[in-house]
Amino acid sequence: MGSKPRLTGYRRQNGTMGIRNHVIILPLDDLSNAAAEAVAKVIPGTLALPHAFGRLQFGEDLELTFQTLIGTGRNANVAAVVVIGIEPKWTQKVADGIASTGKPVAAFSIEGKGDLQVIADASRVAAMFLQDASEIQREQAEIGDMIMSIKCGESDTTSGLGSCPTTSQAVDRWVEAGGTVFFGETSELTGGEHLIADRCIDDACRNLFQTTYDNYIKVIESTGANLLGSQPTQGNIAGGLTTIEEKALGNIAKTGSVPVVGVLKPAQEPDPKKKGLYFMDTSSAAAECVTLMAAAGAVIHLFPTGQGNVIGNPIIPVLKLTANIKTARSMKEHMDLDVSGLLRYEYDLPKAGDMMMDVIERTVNGRLCTAEVMGHREYTFTKLYISA
Amino acid sequence: MAITPPQFLLHHDGDNVAVAMEDLEPGTLHGRSVKQGTESTAVLNHAIPLGHKFALTDLAEGDAIIKYGIKVGLASAAIKKGDYIHTHNMRSYRWEASRA
Repeated sequence: MGSKPRLTGYRRQNGTMGIRNHVIILPLDDLSNAAAEAVAKVIPGTLALPHAFGRLQFGEDLELTFQTLIGTGRNANVAAVVVIGIEPKWTQKVADGIASTGKPVAAFSIEGKGDLQVIADASRVAAMFLQDASEIQREQAEIGDMIMSIKCGESDTTSGLGSCPTTSQAVDRWVEAGGTVFFGETSELTGGEHLIADRCIDDACRNLFQTTYDNYIKVIESTGANLLGSQPTQGNIAGGLTTIEEKALGNIAKTGSVPVVGVLKPAQEPDPKKKGLYFMDTSSAAAECVTLMAAAGAVIHLFPTGQGNVIGNPIIPVLKLTANIKTARSMKEHMDLDVSGLLRYEYDLPKAGDMMMDVIERTVNGRLCTAEVMGHREYTFTKLYISA
Repeated sequence: MAITPPQFLLHHDGDNVAVAMEDLEPGTLHGRSVKQGTESTAVLNHAIPLGHKFALTDLAEGDAIIKYGIKVGLASAAIKKGDYIHTHNMRSYRWEASRA
């Protein structure tokens, strides 16, 4: 940012600032997807968020599903929420978790009524929510009002050389302007985890980071599996990455140089008074990770890619950038920024950072990103273990 | 910045692997290090695609492979200066079960 960006957004009842104004139809469970999708057809302009889980989960795994659903509804990019579940108790629990933001929420349950009655009742409310949301005006916003998240995917060696360092520029500028950023991908720090530990702001943060990392890796290593093809992925290998350590250093190259101020559980909202760079314990799978970060309040996501990941999210723009000239050309419709010129020395890293901030500014102010235009709305839950 | 586009990049001076910036044929190439900006030439023994790696030094089996100035794996076979490096001759040192 040579000059301070002029940003606008939607101020929510609890003070958070969104950059999109979605009215969502949120199914509690897989059984309620059909009714939720039907409501979104009856009231075009609302958005259904179908997903695969929500039944017979228990303990920490159930809590994470609730947290993901509630956090999605609480996200500042969401103006109002219709929750539909098979039974009333858990449906109401999710609605109540969202309602504490002050935004409009309504809950409907299917047992004893059937899909058709619920679709009719929920559609009437969804129509009202959509009309009311359409009157909410954009107002001036500051970077300090907004949370950005970062995660890379289908990385290759150009990621660590170009698209991740460009993302780093945006991370440092965002945090220095008073904003908050999430990064995650716990297993994908392997070989460079000491670099993150060294950047933790105090011993409490460092110990929590190390414990979180160690616990995740223990689960992976306890399987004794050959992870080649999974982590790194087949796409990573096709792009020239050979080991997890090599991939991790490219991944870490996108996290900027600012300190790590806190460690979050999956989908955990940060302390709104403590701004800065947070590590969140997440899978490295793109849709799972972005879903968790959006559920914790991120309103925009930066996604560096090498071989060309196409991911999007239903409620937050996922901006994709690449430094791989072949990907920039062959997958143009999925890319928001081509920084391959960096590797040809056509411009320097601060200039690439300026280009990134320009795309961010325009996206914040309403320009649709490629994932939004292409209809990529991956809403994917992290499952911690088997259901009962 | 009037710099000829490099054919290979290494992250740091001292790294023992470099990354191809275009689909490369065997021969003498020009490149540079990103961190220090040091220009260099290297001889490549094999054709390799954009983004893939080759050795800047001779490596014995078990030697550390250094990129970003940090160990990112081990040579799983003897590697000659200029040779293509990937899963056939390099492996993780952290996840020992992860091998081609």
